[in-house]
Amino acid sequence: MSGLTIAVPRGALFGETLDLLDRLGVDTREVRANERRLVFPDIGVVTMRPSDVPTYVEHGAVDIGITGKDVLLEQDEREVYELLDLGYGTCRMVVAEREGDSAVEESLRRLGAVRVATKYPRITSRWFADTGRQVEIVEVKGSVEIAPLTGLAAAIVDLTATGATLRENQLVEREQICACSARLIANPVAHKLKAREIDELVERIRSLS
Amino acid sequence: MIHPIPSGTRDVLPDEMRELRELSGRLRDAFERAGYGEVWTPTMEYEEVLKRGDERAAGAGYRLFDEHGQVLVLRSDSTIPIARLVATRYRDAEPPLRFCYFAHAYREVRRGSAQAREFLQGGIELIGTPGPEGDAEVVALVSAALEEAGLRRHRIGVGDGSLYRTLLAEYGVPERERMPLLERLSQRDLVGIETHVNRLGLPRPARDVLVTLPTLRGGPEVLERAADGAVAGAIESLRACHELLEQRGVAERVIFDLGLVRELGYYTGAVFEVYDPAVGFALGGGGRYDDLLGRFGRPLPACGMALDIQRVHVAQAEEERIARGEEPL
Repeated sequence: MSGLTIAVPRGALFGETLDLLDRLGVDTREVRANERRLVFPDIGVVTMRPSDVPTYVEHGAVDIGITGKDVLLEQDEREVYELLDLGYGTCRMVVAEREGDSAVEESLRRLGAVRVATKYPRITSRWFADTGRQVEIVEVKGSVEIAPLTGLAAAIVDLTATGATLRENQLVEREQICACSARLIANPVAHKLKAREIDELVERIRSLS
Repeated sequence: MIHPIPSGTRDVLPDEMRELRELSGRLRDAFERAGYGEVWTPTMEYEEVLKRGDERAAGAGYRLFDEHGQVLVLRSDSTIPIARLVATRYRDAEPPLRFCYFAHAYREVRRGSAQAREFLQGGIELIGTPGPEGDAEVVALVSAALEEAGLRRHRIGVGDGSLYRTLLAEYGVPERERMPLLERLSQRDLVGIETHVNRLGLPRPARDVLVTLPTLRGGPEVLERAADGAVAGAIESLRACHELLEQRGVAERVIFDLGLVRELGYYTGAVFEVYDPAVGFALGGGGRYDDLLGRFGRPLPACGMALDIQRVHVAQAEEERIARGEEPL
């Protein structure tokens, strides 16, 4: 990939990221054909879960990477350059709770705080602090939608694209925290030492849209 | 039975210790030959004194009380202590003054980040030589010392930490909008900068400068591209610095980087950062701090730079591997 190594996120952004690489003239057939292989040295591609992308980029194990803005917000201490909004993988970070009367309001009024389940504890804590409400955060790793249904928490903070999963689980969106999409990030040292390669890539991606 | 040590600290055994000593020795020799005598300052200082130099005591992470209830901090860099030392022990000495140091500094670390809580810094401070002349001396000496340590591929980024702030003021960006932009700049969030600048409704040329300036980095040609009226002074200083670096034969080592900012609050102008392709983090950094000594009662312009010796060691080991004919990692 023109002298650069890139971390490619598996999961929701995988397909569109490979499409983007195709349009940049990178032959991604091998990546598409191999579910289990993770490293593709010929084209400078390493695949990994999206939340690991900032780690590999920050440490310079790869020069650049693609991941969601949600991941970057949750790991906001990472020292990486955020170069470009790639425009795909758009979704929203929201506060959602069960349909009907607001359990969040009730909980805040009577219990002084609201219990929220999430995979994004730092985004959640910042949001509730910014809006002047006390929050008890319960961190979960998997499908967070079950938390309000089982009584683990009054509400959830999670990413949603269409809202279908929320509706499916009788949850409604109450607040939007921010919009998220795929971002191109770079290691700070690579950003200086491979400035030409990185700038060329950014220009080519900009010219695609 | 496990006897743990705090994360981010380490024991050093003889093989590594010999190499670290040898590396520090080479750097120290280069600094001493250039007239930078080595000093030592206390590992802990009064918080009140360090705060005189920087509100956050340069980001100190560890505080303790002495037997009188005074707050002591473990130093997080050597620049403020040396400013204090100059103002007290060299009160009447004729500038310029040149010092080097090799000392441990202490900072808080993030969990699971492989960062060091205790790290060995080697650096220089040049006190009393203003502007480009001082900047060029410091950059050239650090580069020469790294060369002697075998880092044949190192580069030094040179920028000016006040550029963006000056531009925002010059373009009449309202006060409350400046802080968020400066924060995004120090977080390296170029997407955030562009989105935020677009919302300000500035005339096209001003908007373009604010969006592109943080991405300008490279040879002296980037200085031409930024020759905007608002920051003409700072750019002129960098150009003068480039000329002096050319005379000293190290200009090709330098990357002018107009988006470069350093976190510490005491920098007033030029800022530096050291890179090597073998390490994903900067090997060190520094800058000009013309107001710091005045806060201790001896107003003198000054600048300096510090290297993280363990990171330099990693780069050195990689250079040696390449020299043996092995593939770069």
